[in-house]
Amino acid sequence: MELKCALTVASQFENIELVQLVLDDVLARKGVEEEGRHWVSVAIREALANAIKHGTGQDSDKSVQVEMALENSHVLISVRDQGEGFDPSTLEDPLAPENLLKPTGRGVFYMRQLMDAVEFRPRSDKPGMEVLLKKNLGSPASGGSTQVSKEGVLDENH
Amino acid sequence: MKITERKVGEVTVLDLSGKITIGLGDVAVRDAVQTALAAGARKILLNMEEVSTIDSAGVGELVAAFTRVTNRGGQMRLVTLPPKVNDILQITQLITVFEIFDTEEEGLAAFASES
Repeated sequence: MELKCALTVASQFENIELVQLVLDDVLARKGVEEEGRHWVSVAIREALANAIKHGTGQDSDKSVQVEMALENSHVLISVRDQGEGFDPSTLEDPLAPENLLKPTGRGVFYMRQLMDAVEFRPRSDKPGMEVLLKKNLGSPASGGSTQVSKEGVLDENH
Repeated sequence: MKITERKVGEVTVLDLSGKITIGLGDVAVRDAVQTALAAGARKILLNMEEVSTIDSAGVGELVAAFTRVTNRGGQMRLVTLPPKVNDILQITQLITVFEIFDTEEEGLAAFASES
């Protein structure tokens, strides 16, 4: 394991910024270039926003735990909340014509598009939900890249 | 998030700068568009050149603003999208919903051609 870090923050939107800055700095110090860090950051922000908004109802007395592990070029991020969880299979397709102009319902879709794997599961240690985000950033020196095609489908270049 | 409003002819231009993200910039965009509509603006141009980050909440606010302006008989256009903001809209295919122009001049010209 090259690196592992953990943060626990109060369930407030303001803390998304804090977590993102810390994790981005950690990845930068490990040589992950800006392009790769940017898209991982976007996915982390979405996971945190979900945990704070839906997982804890923005109750600042509750907390959200974030862990990040970097091994070779693979980054694994865990975001855990204290909520009741949800069934991700019930989420609507934000690309469906009837959903295109809805103001919500894109967060999980972005996570799935930007990361290699996204998994939701109940926490093993206490009540709550955990989301796992995984991505191969390619060589840390290159930072990996995420390209968006004209159709909005992501191509991974590792 | 900082938003500056200016008028170019009949067009209300909102210069957005910073992050359009949950709990911060998304609310600012909502308020700015709402204020412009309340003041009678019906041609609204969002200059995105200085937007550094946008998340799903920010995207949702752009969609809501677009719907709000359109429902009032107005038009909202986006100009000078940074590449990563463009990518985010591309992923959810909103690039096909919004009218997007590379430059402010092109966006203003599109309004002018409809007058």
